[in-house]
Amino acid sequence: MSELAIDREIDRSHMSVSDEVAIQISKMNKWYGTFHVLRDIDLTVYRGERIVIAGPSGSGKSTLIRCINRLEEHQSGSIVVDGTELGSDLKNIDKIRSEVGMVFQHFNLFPHLTILENCTLAPIWVRKTPKKEAEATAMHFLEKVKIPEQAHKYPGQLSGGQQQRVAIARSLCMKPRIMLFDEPTSALDPEMIKEVLDTMVELAEEGMTMLCVTHEMGFAQAVANRVIFMDAGQIVEQNEPKEFFNNPQNERTKLFLSQILGH
Amino acid sequence: MSDTHAQTVAYVRTTMLPPQDPPRAEAGAIKWLRENMFSSWLNVILTLLSLYLIWSVLALILPWAARGIWDAASLTECRAIRDQLYGEGSDVACWAVISDRWQQLLFGFYPQDLYWRPVLSLVLFLVAVLPVLFTEMPRKLLILTGLAPFVIFWLLWGGSIWSAVSILLGFALGWAVLKYTSEPLGALGSMILAVVVPLLYWFLLAGTVAGALHAVLPIGIQEVQSKQFGGFMLSIIIGLAGIILSLPLGILLALGRQSDLFFINKVSVGFIEIIRGVPLIVWLFTASLLLNYFLPPGTNFDLMLRVIIMVTLFSSAYIAEVVRGGLAALPKGQYEAADALGLDYWKSMRLIILPQALKISIPGIVNTFIGLFKDTTLVVFIGLLDPIGLSNSIRASTDWNGVYWELFIFIGLMFFIFCFTMGRYSLFLEKKLRREHR
Ligand SMILES: Nc1ncnc2c1ncn2[C@@H]1O[C@H](COP(=O)(O)OP(=O)(O)OP(=O)(O)O)[C@@H](O)[C@H]1O
Ligand SMILES: [Mg+2]
Repeated sequence: MSELAIDREIDRSHMSVSDEVAIQISKMNKWYGTFHVLRDIDLTVYRGERIVIAGPSGSGKSTLIRCINRLEEHQSGSIVVDGTELGSDLKNIDKIRSEVGMVFQHFNLFPHLTILENCTLAPIWVRKTPKKEAEATAMHFLEKVKIPEQAHKYPGQLSGGQQQRVAIARSLCMKPRIMLFDEPTSALDPEMIKEVLDTMVELAEEGMTMLCVTHEMGFAQAVANRVIFMDAGQIVEQNEPKEFFNNPQNERTKLFLSQILGH
Repeated sequence: MSDTHAQTVAYVRTTMLPPQDPPRAEAGAIKWLRENMFSSWLNVILTLLSLYLIWSVLALILPWAARGIWDAASLTECRAIRDQLYGEGSDVACWAVISDRWQQLLFGFYPQDLYWRPVLSLVLFLVAVLPVLFTEMPRKLLILTGLAPFVIFWLLWGGSIWSAVSILLGFALGWAVLKYTSEPLGALGSMILAVVVPLLYWFLLAGTVAGALHAVLPIGIQEVQSKQFGGFMLSIIIGLAGIILSLPLGILLALGRQSDLFFINKVSVGFIEIIRGVPLIVWLFTASLLLNYFLPPGTNFDLMLRVIIMVTLFSSAYIAEVVRGGLAALPKGQYEAADALGLDYWKSMRLIILPQALKISIPGIVNTFIGLFKDTTLVVFIGLLDPIGLSNSIRASTDWNGVYWELFIFIGLMFFIFCFTMGRYSLFLEKKLRREHR
């Protein structure tokens, strides 16, 4: 894992953390069958925070952020997103999901639709945006991720890095208030990692609330305001990046950092 | 080298020679033959053996077919002509049975002066499917496609135009239910209601409505009874109706089988397994005999309609399994991405999942359709006059008693043309979709 790649000055003028709560998770537990994946998770995310979640494979990072838009259901405790509790009440789940963007490790673009159609589909069908307007928005975000010229191609014709940037643009088209990233760069070659990270940095600079599962510690150091370390389904340690990297408290964190940073 | 100019160096060619053809043995048919048919000793033997086989089959059939007699009124007459032309007892086809009875093979006992109606229906159908089969056509034409079945129904069976209109009303009713109850009842409840309400309407009210409308404004054409239908017309009507109706039903069953809702899931599984587990012929007998016991006495429930329903149910079970395969082949990420964008179940199915799953399933779906189309010949066992049934009745006449091959070859050829066309269309569609979404 590289200590990459964020080689420019970060513009911090819009990166402010408000005291409005965006996500509130308390005493949350989840099991797969008898396997206890998440144990007593307590986490409060304020609007404008950029949180990086790290931890060894199988520690439950993906499961945690997938619980936040209910791709997975938790069994006890509570998750409140934007003031709405995620319960068994199905009525509002699509509403929550349309407010929370999610970027996957394997992009999950829709291969039968063009890039532009990928980006306009949800605004048109979920938000009922007129087609013209949705297309204008989509082009705006495609320009932002620097691939407007690919708009009429199909996902299969793009490189991995380009596909991931389309996936980010697709989420942004829904104008989400929170973005979740699940290892967005780990299926990519090194050159492509940079282009995706750049996009994510820009997003952070605009003040988006972000939760990123990633092993890109350079990214964490540059833009995160909090790093969370998970192991065996628990949040073991959390701190601001400088403290987290230079002065880890927990033994498991130290071990993990020494492995990942190659010290 | 880069600064060496051609004109300064004598041995550098300034003009290019025209390209030469490759040597004879390396080009065209000869090369192809050598590479594909005579590349090794084994290959040579196989090639010669195959050629001999093909030749002997053709030597048997071609003279028989080509010397066939087209112009005769009965088999006896045919034989007389043959004896005169080719000598006593020589083996030639008697195509005269086709030229004498082709109308019957195509239309059954449909009134001769009304043949234009099924022909017009076929033309109408072909025009109506164009925008479905070829997505380049303007989408507005789909409205005509939706109306075509009712016009065709009216053309074929005739009678008052109001019966077709009153059936159409049932669909409009279903659509209205779907539109106005989906808010208060939720998608599933409103869909069930949208099926039940029109069914009730058709069984209880449609007849009365049609009668009342006809009394006010009698418009109609000569009526034709179902039992006069026959021949390829019958096969095509049953086959196409089955194909068109079984696709949506099969898709719903496949979704039902995948569903987490206990009741929906079990009903779909049960339906599919029961329908698939019993031969079609049994279902056809059920349709023709048993249903009479269940229906209230005096109801006149058209046998052809019953057969269409049975054939539809039968093939929808197969379609469901084919589509389920397509659904299962999609990566889980597609479902998750659709969910994560906030699409509800029906939208994510319609916009994301089904277009991809159906694309994967095209070969299987078309395969099922071809099977269904050929299976329509089974209706002969419940007394409908499909082409096979007609060939029996033609043979029962004293004129053509003893003709077998000619009739079966004609029938086989007709079925082949239909099935081959469907197969080709499926290939075209696969290629086109692959090109689009590489
Ligand atoms: N659907 C499932 N059924 C059963 N167990 C599961 C399922 N999904 C994940 N798990 C298990 O839950 C644990 C946590 O999985 P998760 O994907 O959240 O880990 P992760 O921290 O994201 O790991 P990675 O870094 O490898 O992505 C793992 O041990 C995994 O095997
Ligand atoms: Mg993971």
